Amino acid sequence: MTKKTPAKPTANVGIVIVSHSPDVARGAADMVRQMVGTSIPLAHCGGDPDGGLGTSVPAIMAAIEAAWSPSGVAILVDLGGAETNSEMAIEMLDDDRRDLVVICNAPVVEGAIMAATEASGGARLAEVKAAAEELSPA
Amino acid sequence: MSSTDAAQTGLTIEALTKAIDAVVATIVDHASELTDLDMAIGDGDHGLNMKRGFEAVRGAAAKIAAQTPADALKTIGTTLIMTVGGASGPLYGSLFLAMSKAVADRPIDLVVAAEMLEAGIQAVQSRGKSHAGEKTMLETLIPVGAALTAAGPAADPAALTAALKAAAAAGAASTVPLRASKGRASFLGERSIGHMDPGARSSELMVGAVCDAFFAPAP
Repeated sequence: MTKKTPAKPTANVGIVIVSHSPDVARGAADMVRQMVGTSIPLAHCGGDPDGGLGTSVPAIMAAIEAAWSPSGVAILVDLGGAETNSEMAIEMLDDDRRDLVVICNAPVVEGAIMAATEASGGARLAEVKAAAEELSPA
Repeated sequence: MSSTDAAQTGLTIEALTKAIDAVVATIVDHASELTDLDMAIGDGDHGLNMKRGFEAVRGAAAKIAAQTPADALKTIGTTLIMTVGGASGPLYGSLFLAMSKAVADRPIDLVVAAEMLEAGIQAVQSRGKSHAGEKTMLETLIPVGAALTAAGPAADPAALTAALKAAAAAGAASTVPLRASKGRASFLGERSIGHMDPGARSSELMVGAVCDAFFAPAP
């Protein structure tokens, strides 16, 4: 099969959305899909291990796996525990994957859309993170 | 474990198991108190999260009983990380993982225990990007670590228990007038003043339970 456009040098960066609320996580992911499309790996998770409001390290690890890209994965989080649990999930990944996952210091919905937009253009992981973080006060 | 036994053989898994049971029991018993504290300045999930985590630790009791104390602490840490569901999972999980690592194949006497706790406190600070004075569990753990270190290798069990419990109680109480700058409570700013930090309280409960399990005279 011959492609009309040259292939990108690497796969697009994946995006993971982590919220305390499963509904917020799913809703943010729905917005990314509608506004950015399907050219990026995207996964979301929310809720504690019993299904209440909170976040879960195993669920975050599964979401990173689902959105995995050899170019890396950018995580958007809502509140404190989501960040701490995401940091923990990253540390529990295999050595060769750990350095390819970053947490963006950005508002979760807007940051996810900005990061996904940047990722859909083939940007590198650092550029995706920077695009999301432009939304945060310095 | 008496301090004499500890000096000769180190902490046994039987003694550690008894302490774990006591910690689980106190966290479960105080879950609603921890939740009430957290509702005042956080998101009200600390009690339920800790209860879930420590009940999962209780569920791993058979595995823990067959492990060395160091491996048992690692099992506890990993279990908390995977089941708590809030920031306290990685924070308490990192505490136990670092304590496990600090054992370094030595028998656990009071000196090693003090080193373990200091390593655990470092891990909590690193995980939470926090330090003393920010209205967190560190307000309890840091003075308890200092008291354990100061006690030395041959401390009298009753005196040590009293010193550690006093340090924990004073530490937790010291969070009441503090203004939170870490975690969810930091969003409240000045309004966080006047409430005890739930993590400092849960740490106080654990310290008390561990002291009673290790050092209380047999009935």
